[in-house]
Amino acid sequence: MTIYFIQAFVYLLAAVVAVPLAKKLGLGSVLGYLIAGVIIGPITGIVGQETVTIQHFAEFGVVMMLFLVGLELHPQMLWKMRNRLIGLGGLQVLLSALFISAVAYFLGQALTVAIAIGLIFSLSSTAIVLQTFNEKGLSKTEGGKNAFSVLLMQDIAVIPMLAFIPMLAIPELVALAEHGKAAAEHQEQLSLVAGLPTWAFALAILASISSVVVIGHFLSRPLFHYVAQSGLREIFVATALLIVIGIAALMSLVGLSPALGTFMAGVVLANSEFRHELESNIEPFKGLLLGLFFITVGAGIDFVVFTSNIATVIGLTITVMVIKGSVLWGLANLFKIRNSDRWLFALSLAQAGEFGFVLLSFSLQNNVIPEHIAQILQLVVALSMFLTPSLFILFEKVIMPRYQVSGSSKPFDVIDEQGKVIIAGGGRFGQVVNRLLVANGIKTVVMDLDASQVENLRTIKIKTFFGDATRPELLHTAGIDNTSTLVVAIDDRESAKSLVHYAKHSFPNIKIITRAYDRGHNYELRQAGADIIVNETYHSALEVGAHAMTSLGYHPFLVEQKKYAFVKTEVQASQYLYEKWSLRSEGEQYDHDYRKLFMQIEEAIKEAMQSDRIDKHSHDERGWTPPPKGYENDFD
Amino acid sequence: MKNNKILLLFAHPSKHRSSVNAPMFEYAKSLDYVTAVDLYAQYPTYQIDIDKEQQRLNAHNVVIFQFPFYWYSTPSILKEWQDLVLEYGYAYGQGGDALKGKLFICAISAGGKEEAYRAKGYNHFTVRELLQPLEQTAYITGMTYLPPFALFSSRSAQTSGTISAHLKHWKTLLQALHQNTIEPDTTESLITINDLLDTSEN
Repeated sequence: MTIYFIQAFVYLLAAVVAVPLAKKLGLGSVLGYLIAGVIIGPITGIVGQETVTIQHFAEFGVVMMLFLVGLELHPQMLWKMRNRLIGLGGLQVLLSALFISAVAYFLGQALTVAIAIGLIFSLSSTAIVLQTFNEKGLSKTEGGKNAFSVLLMQDIAVIPMLAFIPMLAIPELVALAEHGKAAAEHQEQLSLVAGLPTWAFALAILASISSVVVIGHFLSRPLFHYVAQSGLREIFVATALLIVIGIAALMSLVGLSPALGTFMAGVVLANSEFRHELESNIEPFKGLLLGLFFITVGAGIDFVVFTSNIATVIGLTITVMVIKGSVLWGLANLFKIRNSDRWLFALSLAQAGEFGFVLLSFSLQNNVIPEHIAQILQLVVALSMFLTPSLFILFEKVIMPRYQVSGSSKPFDVIDEQGKVIIAGGGRFGQVVNRLLVANGIKTVVMDLDASQVENLRTIKIKTFFGDATRPELLHTAGIDNTSTLVVAIDDRESAKSLVHYAKHSFPNIKIITRAYDRGHNYELRQAGADIIVNETYHSALEVGAHAMTSLGYHPFLVEQKKYAFVKTEVQASQYLYEKWSLRSEGEQYDHDYRKLFMQIEEAIKEAMQSDRIDKHSHDERGWTPPPKGYENDFD
Repeated sequence: MKNNKILLLFAHPSKHRSSVNAPMFEYAKSLDYVTAVDLYAQYPTYQIDIDKEQQRLNAHNVVIFQFPFYWYSTPSILKEWQDLVLEYGYAYGQGGDALKGKLFICAISAGGKEEAYRAKGYNHFTVRELLQPLEQTAYITGMTYLPPFALFSSRSAQTSGTISAHLKHWKTLLQALHQNTIEPDTTESLITINDLLDTSEN
């Protein structure tokens, strides 16, 4: 047990020290993790053998990342991507594999080995690329979107590759392996489909994919409801993990990529009301695991092999990246990706990826690639991943500025993502707010803590998410970072206050419009930093008062004027009242002075109302008042 | 000569559809000697603050009404503004000399062609004639009236490309009002002030 604590401590310490430093130096978190790994691994030798085991575990971060990516993608969006996915992604895998195989063959590898190498290096690193896109805000650019399609296609392509690679086995290696086979028997992976005929294998795959879709679509909601009603936060986290791990397990059992399976589940759940809650629960796990994964990549670099083959490794890495980069560049041309986006697309995907590691060890197990070659290739994969953050920096510092200067004269981009409004609370109050906004084509995100309320709103096609808006991480997944307005429509006084306080504190530029329970609450919210505060019953009460006056025989237009005069006098007075209120002594809601002031304001309102009824002209009397009688003689 | 401060009262009930008035207003807003007020934005429920409006009038020596010509008159909020703000004892009548000596001008956009606003055209009167209620309002409040700054055929101005010329005139006009270089006497016989700007620019 002690050794695990020490190891965990070393990994965490390395991350805590290196990552913020790398970020500060503008290198990005990925490079920080990689460097941390190199320091604790090959340089100081603090960690050693266990990195491979940890890496397998940490690869789960990639699985979680794809689940989160799936959550962001509706099925409709995925369908819209189909051309880029198959055309761009498919061609990338095919052409990169072809050229790299050709070079490997030319360098003297056997045909089968060359093909395997081509396949392994055609894949890029989803982990590094998506993480860096997120960090640098490149996900929404043309280059970023296209790169994502390619990465997704690569993840899909892993499946046929895993089926194909064993066919490339080298007979001599197989024979060699036969000897040790008995010993290795127990290591064979758990599988449901081992030894099945092809048709049954295909059937099993189909069945598991459809079960993910069906379960995700029909059973997840009752499950989430059941869990949400318990009101236990940690059980919701457990449920989220249960789903991701369960799908990963199922996919591994039938020999599919767990990443692909969870991605599909994410897409299925993208329209769910629990989406934001799921995201905020999985996010921290994903971040830590990915970080761990990058550390193990750094730590796993074998310096002995590296130094003795340094020229080969560097040469091969450059060759691979140049080939992949050129293929990507050419495809970008073909698919009309322009300017800085073309550079981003080509540079971001030129490395080999974590699936390269997976396929390499898989090839090794299946006697496709001899061990001494695999060792060198492993270093090439790692080095290319290591170089990628520097390519991003090159893009950011050198290439992007060049295009920005020339691009500044072009007309503004069409804004395809309008400023969203987050509405906290989907009850009687928030619903009306939401209806007005949505009817005007404004994008809103409604959140409510009551699962049955969310269910009700969903049945009448109001897009609502389950979640506690007062929790910061949920506000983040709801997109508060690129929101201009937050509407606080929850009826819990204390929660409303703490939400306003947090939002104003963390996002000073956001406009906060909030509902207040009464005058005291109004002041509290104002103190907490709300920009616009509306007392929840004020306007409807005024409306009722106005109806009462009208029914007493007052002219409706006059009543409207009285209402306005009432509001105006109150607004003018509210500043004084607020100041008095904030000076009140602790524990006392309204002190004596405040009460006196309030009475004075009532007097002032009464006066403002009376002034119009005086039947002589005065300056107090305002609005459509005729000139005094006999004024026509003034001009003579 | 003392420089003038300009109060621009802009009334357009559907600013989002405006192709002429909106850019004119935005430009005026960028000038430090113009106080540009979007009346419909300030008073969306027509609850005009009389004190505030009178204080604003007091602080400026040029008053511009900028509006699209609606039924040969101003959009309704400008009429409301007149009804409420130009009070007896403030703008006219006993002690009502707050506006005395200020310059007053309308900046309008009209859908009809210039030829239509003539005795023989289908609108029968010139824009200056149609704006006579405002001209008289200026007289009774002691303001100096200038003929309107007008854009005709405003609905097709975007396609015919007359907007940029009009905006250029607008800049010249605002500057001239600011520097007080317009001689009111010379404008008496003009239908619109545009003619004067044409000659001064050349």
